[in-house]
Amino acid sequence: MTELEYWTQQIKKGRISRREFMGRAAALGVSTALATTLLSEAGVAAEPKRGGSFKGGLAHGATTDTGDPAAYPDTATQIPFGGAMSSYLTEVDAKGNVHGDAAESFEPADKAAKWVFKLRKGVTFHNGKELTADDVIASYRHHMGKDSKSAVKSVLAPIKDIKADGKSTVVFTLEGGNADFPYLASDYHIPILPANADGTADWKSNNRTGAYIFVSWEPGVRAKLKRNPNYYVSGAPYFDDVEFISISDVAARVNALTTGEVHWIMRPDLKTLDLLKKNKNIEISEVTGYGHYTFPMDTTVAPFNNADVRNALKWAINREEILKKVFLGHGIVGNDNPIAPSVKFAYDPKPKYTYDPEKAKALLKKAGMANLKVDLSVADAAFNGAIDAGVLYQQSAKAAGIDINIVREPNDGYFDNVWLKKPWCADYWSGRPTVDWMMSVVYAKGAAWNETHWDNPKFNDLLVQARSETDEKKRAATYQEMQQLVHDDCGQIVIIFNNYVEALSKKVAHGQVAANWECDGLKIAKRWWFA
Amino acid sequence: MNPVLRTVLQRLGLGAVTLLVVSVVIFSAVTMLPGNFATAILGQSATPETVAAFERSVGLDRPPVERYFKWIGGVIQGDFGTSFSSAGALAGGHERTVVSLVTPRLWNTLFLAGVTAAIAVPLSLILGMLAALYRNSLFDRLVNLVTLSSISVPEFFVAYILMLFLAILYPVFYSLANVSPDTPFLERLARVALPVLTLILVIVAHMMRMTRAAIINILASPYIETARLKGVSPARIIYKHALPNAVAPIATVVAINLAFLIVGVVVVEVVFVYPGIGQLMVDSVSARDIPVVQACALIFAVTYIGLNLLADIVSIVTNPRLLHPR
Repeated sequence: MTELEYWTQQIKKGRISRREFMGRAAALGVSTALATTLLSEAGVAAEPKRGGSFKGGLAHGATTDTGDPAAYPDTATQIPFGGAMSSYLTEVDAKGNVHGDAAESFEPADKAAKWVFKLRKGVTFHNGKELTADDVIASYRHHMGKDSKSAVKSVLAPIKDIKADGKSTVVFTLEGGNADFPYLASDYHIPILPANADGTADWKSNNRTGAYIFVSWEPGVRAKLKRNPNYYVSGAPYFDDVEFISISDVAARVNALTTGEVHWIMRPDLKTLDLLKKNKNIEISEVTGYGHYTFPMDTTVAPFNNADVRNALKWAINREEILKKVFLGHGIVGNDNPIAPSVKFAYDPKPKYTYDPEKAKALLKKAGMANLKVDLSVADAAFNGAIDAGVLYQQSAKAAGIDINIVREPNDGYFDNVWLKKPWCADYWSGRPTVDWMMSVVYAKGAAWNETHWDNPKFNDLLVQARSETDEKKRAATYQEMQQLVHDDCGQIVIIFNNYVEALSKKVAHGQVAANWECDGLKIAKRWWFA
Repeated sequence: MNPVLRTVLQRLGLGAVTLLVVSVVIFSAVTMLPGNFATAILGQSATPETVAAFERSVGLDRPPVERYFKWIGGVIQGDFGTSFSSAGALAGGHERTVVSLVTPRLWNTLFLAGVTAAIAVPLSLILGMLAALYRNSLFDRLVNLVTLSSISVPEFFVAYILMLFLAILYPVFYSLANVSPDTPFLERLARVALPVLTLILVIVAHMMRMTRAAIINILASPYIETARLKGVSPARIIYKHALPNAVAPIATVVAINLAFLIVGVVVVEVVFVYPGIGQLMVDSVSARDIPVVQACALIFAVTYIGLNLLADIVSIVTNPRLLHPR
């Protein structure tokens, strides 16, 4: 093995940095061009380059979209306005850890019931105004208060008070301890907006602190942005300007990519993905996110109020088959724990639920039933493929003596008339970046979205206890116990965690793709560059 | 009073009454859409108080009859109201009026329909006349075969086939037709080439067949026989004697197809990502943006009624017998 080969292998294994490799190569008399080629052959992303106009094709976008961050209904607003144009107090990186974004640092106090955020120095809005603590307070108040119609109103409800401590320090006082508060601060709904004179936040001017400056927007058609030359991260962002186009038809989206009209698309057609892979100019990016498809049962209604019946149903579903046939393998099977494996403190409870009709039968017997007849309400509005998944479930459950009657509900108004109303239905969760957040929103007693109506005293105690626990080891143990409880006792069937599938031109380069939201954590414009 | 003018005024009055009835139908149909409007707009996370606050702010808490009269009263004065999407989610305004949402989309749709009609109408009239002139010839059969085939397959299929050949395998045209208001005219034309081609293939058959049938029908009349016996050339017979008398049925079919171009091309809009009014209406229905849905539906109704009225008037003017119905 030559010296050069040795170093190439070292960088492949991640033992040395790119900079170090270039230095070693130069010492060996290798030209920079050759060293760069070796790097790209080794699968190491090149250092970001500046320049170029990036165009992306989004699956969302409607004329009714609004630029108010309190709404931000889907990627058509979340990506251009959230990820590209705005900055947040914090940011979640590709490994799932939280960092300061517009905040330089953040510290808990008072058992995590108080959080002190120090703002970065020299951050300016696009119009040149300096970022101060008052702007941050106005941005948060925008979502709070009695008349707020914000989607994160309930998430921010535990904030008792926000105060400025000098020009660049913001202090949040919470009702109880919450060690995960910095994660909440990364929510795409809470960009930093400039404060008006009266203390309200000004979102209408599209004047933000992020990597790109607003140029134009036609709701449901396109959004155009250009580079912010005064962005506080030196070197970033890399594109000169970006344009996001709404292409709701999946075939049109794939065609736009193959004909070079756009450089990147989200959600390509999974059925023809193998054909797309054959195209030499196109790369497929696939990450398993936090999103999961579920069949929640109402645990207060017979027969689901019997834990043995719930567990019989968990053993009677063939998740592998559904993953393979309905989702063409683009995901990983669930184990009735709603926390994705990539989330911090995730745990895989035992025993792992697999398809075992005998076990299901035995559990039914234990519950005093020879067979079971239940209704399952499904519609593709819950998630694409819900009906197919339901029908496969019906077939696999037959062997366990369970007769599942599939009720096809209309897509229109599904979340008004079926979800939370019918005892057993299909649902989709995009997931949350922390255990506490996910559990508080869906599994805690009295949570508005507690779709299983599950009320487990031990679980509820642990949830509160873990929030103010700042010792990581103790938190991990508590969260493990909570996930085990959901797995064993709750009425939730987690079928699969879905993959975020995206397709891009090989002209575009990127680092590790984040899994906290679609489209590299919605920050594709800020993180990617032209190769 | 001039009998033509009287008939036109009569028809206009009837049209207005029809529109009023249609507006009631639109309003009731929209009101009967399933699901709660407020939660559809505010999202699942809305608390009961936010829902109530929203309903109060847009007047959804009032009884339907009162809301109808408020709406229709505004429409008569040219005020179509404010889009829910901006009225609701946002405390404190930045309101988008329905007019500001609909106008650019309507203009795009009219542009697409206009370019298509400018090519498709003369093309189908010429093809129809030629087919009538050389009826049962190889040419006639070929034209019929091609146009009937293109109308028989769904329009998204025609669109994808055209896209495959003319944008991907042989990149002659753009695969995306997403024009914006600042797109220059020539680029705009190039961008809409594929959607226009698709729509032409979809509508030519109907108009062409009607032209052919109407002319052939008239060619059997005695006065055509006379002309032929006088030695007038077949082309001149069709152009000079048959066509003017066939205008009425042709005008009706042209009107129906023009109306289709304005109200029924949402599939083509979606496939080519063209920001037209059909897409706007579909978006608004799924977002339960009622004022926009109602405005679009009303525009569609006006289009149909207006174009049919025009076709009627053309028929009456070209055939004075219709002025004196017995």
